[in-house]
Amino acid sequence: MQAHSPSKLALFTGFLQCGLAGFGGVLPHARSMLVDDRKWLTEDEFADLLGLGQCLPGPNICNVAVVVGQRFHGATGAILASLGLLGAPFFIVLSLALLYERWADSALLTAILQAVAAGAAGLVLATGIRLLSRLKRRAEVLLIALMGLTGVVWLKLPLVIVLLLLAPIGIGVGWYATRGKT
Amino acid sequence: MNDSPGATTLLWQFALYSLMAVGGANALLPEIHQDIVATGHWMTDADFTQLFAIAQAAPGPNVLVVTLIGWKLAGFTGALACTVGMCAPPALLSYQVGRLWQRFSGTRWRRTIEFALAPISAGLVLGSGTALVRVSAIDASHLAIAGACAIAGFTSRRNPLWWLLLAASAGAAMHLLQQA
Repeated sequence: MQAHSPSKLALFTGFLQCGLAGFGGVLPHARSMLVDDRKWLTEDEFADLLGLGQCLPGPNICNVAVVVGQRFHGATGAILASLGLLGAPFFIVLSLALLYERWADSALLTAILQAVAAGAAGLVLATGIRLLSRLKRRAEVLLIALMGLTGVVWLKLPLVIVLLLLAPIGIGVGWYATRGKT
Repeated sequence: MNDSPGATTLLWQFALYSLMAVGGANALLPEIHQDIVATGHWMTDADFTQLFAIAQAAPGPNVLVVTLIGWKLAGFTGALACTVGMCAPPALLSYQVGRLWQRFSGTRWRRTIEFALAPISAGLVLGSGTALVRVSAIDASHLAIAGACAIAGFTSRRNPLWWLLLAASAGAAMHLLQQA
């Protein structure tokens, strides 16, 4: 039972606010908006929905927006929350790209962007390390992560092959690991 | 460069990608890079890293990198096609699964799925980070920037935009020093 149930307009503006504030990743902003500021979800409910968003394919934070919108206002809510989240940043990122195109001859700007790309690649690596550090310290779990990494980086297998190979292994290991704990 | 695919092709292609994007849009980037730069020759490595950099520096979800890829390949309709293709199928899936998820709270099936997907997504995101560093670290100094941001991003809870700002300053400084 939530303490505060948002109106449709509030769903849209709440996610709009996260999208606009979300420099370098929306997730921390979404958490503080949903849990601290507007109190639509408790901390546990948010962790639960985020877990779901991460299990499903696709952009995690968009998945969370859909589920939150759906919980309060069904299909309309899901659409409003997603549009709120993506609408403004969609146009901002395109405007930035157009601006960049205009100044692309500038060697200084190219040098800056090259450095930002390297930094951003490092940040993706950091996210991966953080996900890895949260895993259960069990050989079979770490082995699955390592196989995913190997498949993509060194064997250069298509992602769908990696997923088709690893999902059954993961589910098999997971089913075995969760035995007798219901 | 070869002829780019049209918006309709992009819509279907990215809808297919989206269903493989366990661990978010960034986990997919090596796959997209492979298809668009290495196999398709629709844009250069430099174009790809620049789009990635712009998307990371802009506000909003990381998924917007596909918006820029679509824009580069097929203009505004391409941008729309890639964004919708990337977001709509997972959104429909989330909509359906979200209603079941609460009901299965605490069941063994749900814990099994969580157990299975956590290491897979960690591996894929790590793989993506490695591939992106490989593409964007054009020399030792850029590799150092990537390494520093990886360490800073992992150890600090500060907004990652600060690390990108530092990276930008380092890039500007290196360029100006070379000029001098």
